[in-house]
Amino acid sequence: MSDTSVQPFPTEESLGDDVLVRVDNLVKYFPVRGGGLIRRTVANVQAVDGVSLAIPRGKTLGLVGETGCGKSTLARCIAGLIPATSGKVYFEGKDITNLPRRAMQPYRREIQMIFQDPYGSLNPRRRVGAIIGEPYAIHKTATGAERKKAVQDLMARVGLNPEHFNRFPAEFSGGQRQRIGVARALALRPKLIICDEPVSALDVSIQAQVLNLLADLQADFGLSYLFIAHDLEVVRHVSDKVTVMYLGRIAETGPGNSIYDHSRHPYTAALLSAAPAADPDSAAARQRIILTGDVPSPIHPPSGCRFHPRCPKAQELCSQEEPALEPRAGDPASHLTACHFPVEAGEILARAGRRESR
Amino acid sequence: MSLLEVTDLQVSFPTADGLVQAVRGVSFGVERGRTLGIVGESGSGKTVLTQSLLGLTPGGRISGKAMFDGVNLVGLPNNQMREIRGKEIAVIFQDPLTSLHPLYTVGWQIVEMIRSHERSISKAQATERAIELLGHVGIPRPRERVSDYPHQFSGGMRQRAMIAMAISLNPKLIIADEPTTALDATVQAQILDLLLRLQQDSDTALLMITHDLGVVADIADNVMVMYAGRAAEKATKRDIFYQPHHPYTKGLLESIPHSSAAGDRLIPITGQPPSLIRLPPGCAFHPRCAYVMDRCLSDQPGLVAVGDPNRAAPASMGYSDAAQPTSDGLGGQSWRTLDEAPLAAPTAGSAASPGPIGDHRSACWLPADATGLSEKVEAVRVQAVEMGRTGKAAKIAEAIAAAPESEGSVIA
Repeated sequence: MSDTSVQPFPTEESLGDDVLVRVDNLVKYFPVRGGGLIRRTVANVQAVDGVSLAIPRGKTLGLVGETGCGKSTLARCIAGLIPATSGKVYFEGKDITNLPRRAMQPYRREIQMIFQDPYGSLNPRRRVGAIIGEPYAIHKTATGAERKKAVQDLMARVGLNPEHFNRFPAEFSGGQRQRIGVARALALRPKLIICDEPVSALDVSIQAQVLNLLADLQADFGLSYLFIAHDLEVVRHVSDKVTVMYLGRIAETGPGNSIYDHSRHPYTAALLSAAPAADPDSAAARQRIILTGDVPSPIHPPSGCRFHPRCPKAQELCSQEEPALEPRAGDPASHLTACHFPVEAGEILARAGRRESR
Repeated sequence: MSLLEVTDLQVSFPTADGLVQAVRGVSFGVERGRTLGIVGESGSGKTVLTQSLLGLTPGGRISGKAMFDGVNLVGLPNNQMREIRGKEIAVIFQDPLTSLHPLYTVGWQIVEMIRSHERSISKAQATERAIELLGHVGIPRPRERVSDYPHQFSGGMRQRAMIAMAISLNPKLIIADEPTTALDATVQAQILDLLLRLQQDSDTALLMITHDLGVVADIADNVMVMYAGRAAEKATKRDIFYQPHHPYTKGLLESIPHSSAAGDRLIPITGQPPSLIRLPPGCAFHPRCAYVMDRCLSDQPGLVAVGDPNRAAPASMGYSDAAQPTSDGLGGQSWRTLDEAPLAAPTAGSAASPGPIGDHRSACWLPADATGLSEKVEAVRVQAVEMGRTGKAAKIAEAIAAAPESEGSVIA
């Protein structure tokens, strides 16, 4: 693999959008080593297993899935924080997969991350000004008074008081700390910000403040977001396109409304039906699909469709043949589903509703 | 009479920085077979409230009364508390990994729980019961899994094991403190389903503490919204969601992303919760409240009955699942008119009322009939606010209107 060889830009982009990042058949295995002296690899945790997706420029791709489905691993591979096992990541058409450190440096400016835990992602012994100014120091783009000015501008932009430049993270609340994380990510004017559960640790009233801030920044700077969350309502709110992952693979992907209103994959349907709605009437009326069992181990994923042991629609074919991720009958070309027997409109997957038994 | 009747509970902690007033005079009741949801943000006192009932807040100064089945839990000697804690009142905590001991098998921990309260039962019998319980909460192959360690269980299974432990002695009340917060949506659905089923089977009362309004909408019968250690609003689930009175409740509901308005701007609550050491005078919510009035700055509102006095009893309004007949006859009786409700009585547990949370109460100076989210009600609120606002309150309101999404200044 040559370092920054210019690859022909993919033309078959489904949405017709300008694509900022394209991920092609990305695989990330974590080896499980045995005991013994040699510590031979005895198995692999198949965290991400052949995922392809595209992040449109200036838009938001929402990535949804349960714990252990590989969404954070995928994000870290895209950001170049961990090497991919195989597959490619293209940034503006250039292959940036597993670049050496120095060659990756310019791309690190373009791709920034915001993390879930506003307490764990800030060094408690450094002042806020130094934390937000760190990217300038690393990339040697601004020094001294210039850096201080830039940091204070950033603080004002994300809704922090610029006079609090010299305070420590402990003096800020959770929401304010998340704003510090946003300011730090914004410092180098990146093109892509990967938001890994950015509001999960925040209370709802503060969550709304941060989500609005992210929307404003996207409009002002033309940012693209890869937005990872397990809260489906939040993802729906922010995303133009949504990708649902299950056990290292994409179950369904497409425009947000299409996924939420006409979900075709039984797993998506189950996720949506399980998400608590803050509305008693719709909660009571809803036909909840209660999935049985737990997510299987990614070390030994099930054969065929990985969802088949928990799927209410599973048939024999599902355990034998892996379904392709493609548009299913009646769907727009941008709505892809990996399922042999996709959910039809009006089909009810729920078993006897528990409300009836009450 | 309610199974648990808490009256004017106050909990504070002396610290080097000052007195932390975690709970400031909260009253509520829980009936057999019913679910009370307590909602609030981090630091609103909801967890301290329930832990203080069980004597789990060492160093806290507790006053008030908490009658559980004829026994006052406040100030109960430790040896008597041990008889109740676990046996009569069980607790399910948020994080099932840290609440199970990593070095003992799951079965051992359930057996210990049973044997510490029922000393006559043999180890073998208790193990049999543990296996039965694990099967009951939906753990596959319980006979094998009973000798597994907690790390061999997934998150959802650990929470099921916690629930098995909680129900092992047929408690009258289960306190569930954010039981599904650490779990994925599909697993959360399983656990809530399980809790509801168990509640139906055994007529257990459930006290559900959560910050997630979705969970409350799903399983609660009545809801208490807490802010800065006090009850901001108490009502039936439907009233809280469709007829909110307190601006904080309204703000919480509005700040949730809704599917109907995907992509629109969210409406957050300005600022952040106050420090419990230096609480704002008057209504603790006033520095964040868009409806702030002069009296909010100095007078603390009591929890009084609100709502439209002329509203018909909502018998046919989908109460079917909330209106299960209960042993004390509260079922179906979910609304009382203003005339019947004792006005301006913050301690709602008077003998005349069939249940202290059967009616709609709110601690806010806005007019009592300003409940709901419609434009008409909004006009009532705005009118009241204009009448009640001069000088200082107007300044606060201006600041909120000027920067509705600011986080406010640094704490400390």
